[in-house]
Amino acid sequence: MLAFGIDSPDEMLKNTQQEQRAQHLGSQLRCLVCQNESIEDSSADLAKDLRKVVRQRIVAGDTDSQVMEWMVDHYGNFIRLKPPFTFTTALLWFMPVLALGIGCIIAFVTLRKRKHIEAEALSKEEQKRLSELMKE
Amino acid sequence: MQDITRRRLLWSIPFATAAVAGGGFLAMLSGLRKGNFDPREINIPVINKPIPPFSLIGQPPSAGFNQQELQRQTKPILINFFASWCIPCLTEMGVLQQLSSHIDIWGIAYKDKPDAVSGFLERNGNPYQKIGQDPEGNIGIEWGLSGVPESFLIMPGGIIKWHYPKPLSVASTQILLSLLQ
Amino acid sequence: MISKILSPEFGHFTLALACCLAGAQFIVPLMGAKVKNNRLMALASPLAWGQFMALTLAFACLITAAVTDDFSVLNILQNSAADKPLLYKITGVWGNHEGSILLWAFILALFGAIVSAYSHHLPLSLRAKVIAIMGGSAAGFELFCLTTSNPFLRVWPAPLDGQGMNPLLQDPGLAFHPPILYMGYVGFAVPFAFAVAALLEGKVDAAWGRWVRPWTVLAWALLTCGIALGSWWSYYVLGWGGYWFWDPVENASLLPWLTGTALLHSALVVEKREALKIWTILLAIGTFSLSLSGTFLVRSGILNSVHAFASDPARGVFILLLLAAISGGALLLFAWRAPNLTSTGIFTFFSREGSIVLNNILLCTMAAVVLTGTLYPPFVQLINGQTLSVGKPFFDNALIPIALFLFLVMAIGPVIAFKKGNIQQTFKTLSIAAGLSIICTIIAFIYLHQIFPSLATGLSIWVILSACSDFIRHIAFFKTSLGNSVKRMIGLPRAFYASYLAHIGVAITILGIVGMAASQQKIVEVPINTTIHLAGYDWTLTNIEDRQGANFIATEAVIKISKNGKVVTWMFPARHYFDRQKQVVTDVAIHTNFISDLYAVLGDSKNSTQSTPLFVLRLHYNPLAPWIWMGGFIMAIGGFITLTDRRFRIGTPAQRKKVKEA
Repeated sequence: MLAFGIDSPDEMLKNTQQEQRAQHLGSQLRCLVCQNESIEDSSADLAKDLRKVVRQRIVAGDTDSQVMEWMVDHYGNFIRLKPPFTFTTALLWFMPVLALGIGCIIAFVTLRKRKHIEAEALSKEEQKRLSELMKE
Repeated sequence: MQDITRRRLLWSIPFATAAVAGGGFLAMLSGLRKGNFDPREINIPVINKPIPPFSLIGQPPSAGFNQQELQRQTKPILINFFASWCIPCLTEMGVLQQLSSHIDIWGIAYKDKPDAVSGFLERNGNPYQKIGQDPEGNIGIEWGLSGVPESFLIMPGGIIKWHYPKPLSVASTQILLSLLQ
Repeated sequence: MISKILSPEFGHFTLALACCLAGAQFIVPLMGAKVKNNRLMALASPLAWGQFMALTLAFACLITAAVTDDFSVLNILQNSAADKPLLYKITGVWGNHEGSILLWAFILALFGAIVSAYSHHLPLSLRAKVIAIMGGSAAGFELFCLTTSNPFLRVWPAPLDGQGMNPLLQDPGLAFHPPILYMGYVGFAVPFAFAVAALLEGKVDAAWGRWVRPWTVLAWALLTCGIALGSWWSYYVLGWGGYWFWDPVENASLLPWLTGTALLHSALVVEKREALKIWTILLAIGTFSLSLSGTFLVRSGILNSVHAFASDPARGVFILLLLAAISGGALLLFAWRAPNLTSTGIFTFFSREGSIVLNNILLCTMAAVVLTGTLYPPFVQLINGQTLSVGKPFFDNALIPIALFLFLVMAIGPVIAFKKGNIQQTFKTLSIAAGLSIICTIIAFIYLHQIFPSLATGLSIWVILSACSDFIRHIAFFKTSLGNSVKRMIGLPRAFYASYLAHIGVAITILGIVGMAASQQKIVEVPINTTIHLAGYDWTLTNIEDRQGANFIATEAVIKISKNGKVVTWMFPARHYFDRQKQVVTDVAIHTNFISDLYAVLGDSKNSTQSTPLFVLRLHYNPLAPWIWMGGFIMAIGGFITLTDRRFRIGTPAQRKKVKEA
């Protein structure tokens, strides 16, 4: 876990275990005003403020899920870089399985069918030969 | 012959998918032009929620205010976060001046210095009934602020009715005024 | 003198001329093919050359304007300044929207010219059609350039100095990254043109597969280089130590890379076995469409990115129309014509073809996930107004398992025979590699304590070892005399070496990513002459100096790195202050020994009231970090080696047949 945005040592917690938790949490939280950067990665002011809040809450004894809840409460699901599984995000989360499934089905069906076509094509050729033989 | 039609329909799926995506993009582009689609928009879940606990020191000569005082109000209040260092806030001041005759506006100076705030208000006029100071930006975070200016419409009892995370425009104040009636 | 001839007006004129020639290049050969007129079809090549030369002149005009500081040209005014170093005056030409579109069109014309130079062995009508499709796409981009993104617009009165360039872009990396990346994107226009031409011809055969494959490999290798360079650029310029951010711009380059990699493999099946034809055609169309839509999405303002390009909905509409014409047209043609194509080659599931089908499924699944993740937020917002974010944690979760499975397959595939594989033979070849890889995975787990990184390590080693095992089997090492093995080694077709290198390159990149995840860092605020211990090295801040740069003022730290009392190296991280833009750019110092990087960033120092000033330093130790990009370049080298394979250079099956007949 790396905190690229932190630009001063006094932002970090003295307790390394707590600091690690804070960095892990921060990497899951979006810096709202920047694009697709986590608050740990961003040097924006708001990201700095949010980093501070995460650390304050951890020191105050919040669990990881409580900190996350606090953030979602204040900023909505927009702040989560990993969206929660809901009805709206179902397609997003099912996409890997869906794409894999569709791919496998298409491959399976076409490959099976191909043998069938091949068999037909061969029999036509045989028929041709047969008719030629008949002519002779 | 029928088989080829069926296969053609099957092989139109990539085109159909691309067409749907293209239609979506077109809708987004027209939304971008008209201003009703903004990919930078942040919708924070505050509508119909109670205001957060907070307490602000005042920007002299105004006294500060807090959660309880805001809850006690009997008429709607517009909370407006602003800063003297923020250029969009400057453009918003004219709209706020006009609005102040329809609704009481309480300002919160975000990450600002008292001297800079009074200078800003002297130059651009003061639409605020009360002004509190949030020098560290902690209160802003409690409110779910993502930048300045931002405005919240608070109904009597301390419920947030409306939130606008951009500089107020004439169009957006009309939405606000319609909510008051 | 030169600037008089190569004036912006002349550039504007040659751009318009190129657009007309490209239009003719599109229409004339297609008409010729329709009426079966060989003369008209033969015009394709000269028209392509004409368009390329006209565009070269246009591009030269823009560069001349940039180099001679012609601030009466709006584009130069907005992006350049007199005191900018010469190199950046040139590279700055494609550092902005208008210039980059001109570069895009220029590369498209370049590929058109190269295709016409290297396609004499193609049947006349196929060749004419391929060049025509290239011309059609080029005409679209040149029209886009002329109408909404003209780089030659003048302003009056001309100011004395320009507004300068974003200091972040003032970097040698920018000189190479965009052109190579664009060559990758645009390179996929050639397989696309081949696919559309094949649909028009109504014929896809082994020869087609052989013709299209080198172009695919070329585009893929360039795109790989471009992505690796971009990632390296963000590693050393942005100063965050990060190398991949799942930013929309990065995803836009990853998408065609994933489908392009799939195309590379499926075209092999078309060439060798005359199977997967329809699918390969679709992949070729899809890959170029993804290259195009990446440009569209980034420049339209629909997706926001840290890599800011002036976005403009009006331009977005134009590119969308262009996209509709190029990709929509091709997909419609595909729906109409593809059912007439039949594949003849049959194969069992356990065969090289079967493994490539699986490779395609997995790569396309990854592409589908990246595409969905990138487009989900704007589409959800459009449909129900909700805003949400999809970032690194999502992509990591969704993609890593698929990628690991792909690595598992990718080691086995090349060992299996075409048509019908022999399970026992495959197992025999790979058993040692498999055993060693399992041991490595266990060792990695003991050190890393995490499942996915250990699996990734083990599977990377699996990919490398299986390539080695296959090589040993092919040269019959240990089985025959050493001399015989060397002879076999020399006789082995270059394509084999290419595929070994490309696969090993992927494994090296993955090892780099795993190593990078175990990096160590320290952020400190210290006075001069302090020593910091990190990762077994002593980092001593010995001095801080100010110095004057070309168009910036630098504050430079001097850091002595020593290990066990011996000086290893000196590092000079700096902060460059650009007065014109009032912007500070960090200049990262990196010391690499190709196994790990020492990475130092000088932070913002606060004006402290203390007598001894304190300086913020961010120090990283990044194990295996250079491997991330080295792997990318090894993959690309593999690609370039394929191009030199004599099976591509000497005649095609069709040609040989003709020779026999004669």
